[in-house]
Amino acid sequence: MSETHEVTLVEAVNLALARALADDSNVVLFGEDVGFNGGVFRATEGLQERFGAERVMDTPLAETLIAGMAIGMAAQGLRPVAEIQFMGFIYPVVDQIINHASRLRNRTRGRITCPMVLRAPFGGGIHAPEHHSESTEAIFAHMPGLRVVIPSSPARAYGLLLAAIQDPDPVIFLEPKRIYRMVKQEVEDDGQPLPLDVCFQLRDGTDVTLVTWGAMIHETLQAADQLAEEGISADVIDLATIKPLDMGTILESVGRTGRCVIIHEAARTCGVGAEIAAQLAEYGLMSLFAPVQRVTGYDTIMPMFQLEKHYMPDTTSIITAVRTVMEAS
Amino acid sequence: MGQAEKPKASSNSKAVAHFEIHYTQLLNAQGEAVATLPAFAQDLDELTRLYRFMLLTRIFDSKAIALQRTGKMGTYGSVLGQEAVSVGLGAAMRPEDVLLPTYREYGALFQRGVAMDEILRYWGGDERGMCFANQPHDFPMSVPIATQMPHAAGVAYAMKLRREPRVAVGVLGDGATSKGDFYEAINLAGAWQLPMVVLITNNQWAISVPREAQSHAQTLAQKAIAAGIPGEQVDGNDIIAMRHCLTEAIEKARKGDGPSLIEALTYRMGDHTTADDAGRYRSAEEVEEQKQLDPVERLRKFLSANHGWSDSQDEALLAECSAEVEAAAQRYLDTPPAPPESMFDYLYETLPDSLQAQRQALINRRGNDHE
Repeated sequence: MSETHEVTLVEAVNLALARALADDSNVVLFGEDVGFNGGVFRATEGLQERFGAERVMDTPLAETLIAGMAIGMAAQGLRPVAEIQFMGFIYPVVDQIINHASRLRNRTRGRITCPMVLRAPFGGGIHAPEHHSESTEAIFAHMPGLRVVIPSSPARAYGLLLAAIQDPDPVIFLEPKRIYRMVKQEVEDDGQPLPLDVCFQLRDGTDVTLVTWGAMIHETLQAADQLAEEGISADVIDLATIKPLDMGTILESVGRTGRCVIIHEAARTCGVGAEIAAQLAEYGLMSLFAPVQRVTGYDTIMPMFQLEKHYMPDTTSIITAVRTVMEAS
Repeated sequence: MGQAEKPKASSNSKAVAHFEIHYTQLLNAQGEAVATLPAFAQDLDELTRLYRFMLLTRIFDSKAIALQRTGKMGTYGSVLGQEAVSVGLGAAMRPEDVLLPTYREYGALFQRGVAMDEILRYWGGDERGMCFANQPHDFPMSVPIATQMPHAAGVAYAMKLRREPRVAVGVLGDGATSKGDFYEAINLAGAWQLPMVVLITNNQWAISVPREAQSHAQTLAQKAIAAGIPGEQVDGNDIIAMRHCLTEAIEKARKGDGPSLIEALTYRMGDHTTADDAGRYRSAEEVEEQKQLDPVERLRKFLSANHGWSDSQDEALLAECSAEVEAAAQRYLDTPPAPPESMFDYLYETLPDSLQAQRQALINRRGNDHE
């Protein structure tokens, strides 16, 4: 029994969480303000009422505890979905995620596993207070044993979150809050997960490959539309799973286009774009007509909201980078 | 040890909360009963079993140090002097409970089905050591300090949610009580009334930092009060008291009557690990003084005074335990190393495609090494 809903990204998250709670009694949901209040972004709205306070819990205000208790629950066979209210408050849990969640399977040779999901809204562009706008997905992408997943549309938020909850290993699920309510899309609430560990090709093109993820998909697609009017045809790839990387899809695309621009909101140095560029140099150099370009945030502290639009890549900066790779060959 | 200043009473203030921390000792240092003993103290079979595990743990400890000193094992964390804490804990837990240990709970783990050669394998640098063949639920030893306490809260919540009469027991040291992970976990245990017991093994030293430098609190047990759960001190070198108090706390949690915290007062007779030299920071006199409180000796005296335990029985048991430890050490030494590519094989349930090439590269490199 499935219904189609016209939903935003954050409503799709809610839909997926409700579906997971309904389909699997092992799923539990918890974090700060996720219960009675339904989350500060309303991602968990109505779920405590529907599924009870035993399965949708407000925790004390303690991030380390939230991640740590998820590990204990997962070890006992539950499917915990924990929320960190903003990515800026995720750093206390890095210890729990790196020292324990990512390696519990490995350090017990498979005796104890950790099928948990840690959700957090991330990224800038909503005029939020200090510490509320960073994109630090690369911290987790660097860690063996983890999956890092970032949806960029309501349908992918629904399918990828269900996949993350069903995955037998820990998943960091980062939700681009700038596009939480940007567009509505028809999503069929059919309980069907989308595949993890693969990119999604959003546009087929022949001249340049644009690789991005999260909220930057929006500017990237706008840039692709404008470039099309100039006769430049762009392949647009949504990375979706940041770790492990699906380089096969990117290499195949760049093999056809010969040019690549990587766009991300996070700071440039050691960003995920650096890894993609390095692998293109290792495995795709001979098909490149031009040096790979990166359009990213600066290596500065994410500024507070008065200056944030100057920090974040925009359509113009993406088009400029594409012109650079087109002119180089 | 520091004492908090008593706040001044004034005409417009009144005490709104009262707290006490109790200390329990049942056998004194000479092995004499100083209070009414629990029923199991009459049960020679149970006492012999406890004594045997304490001896086994001590002999294991000395063998492990010898293996490290002769280059046959890596850094090892000794449990010398703390045998009553972990053996008492192992006796108080049921098989279906879950233990979340640090790296000195061998006496409990051995009773819960963990093999001595598994522990040696772990300290010998082999992940397979934590793949306990006969213990499905207990967590691997936590090396990062106090980080296992939030896990214990999660395990306890899973038990509560499923209405299972089981208990999660998290163990940590005196130094670990300075960490936020500890407080966050006991705070939740109190707020949600989880079936959880917290055991602080206060062995007086966190590597080189003494107990009194960790906290101005008079006892560590009183930290439970801030979390809204009962806390008590127990003589950690008194196996009768340890087994008794832990059993009471665990059975209370099992009945749904809430979590408890026990601070076991003991002493780390050895170095922090084989990589440490405790002589740098504590006096020989202090160690000599603590020797008089030895937990193994204490139970032996009680057995001989109250149950006719003889020297020949003692020697026979010692020989039996030694043989068992030697056999375990031999099994450890005979274990072939894991294949190098196994470092890939437990990262994820299914190795992602992106890692297959790295795994193959490692196999190829290994092939070259053999040429």
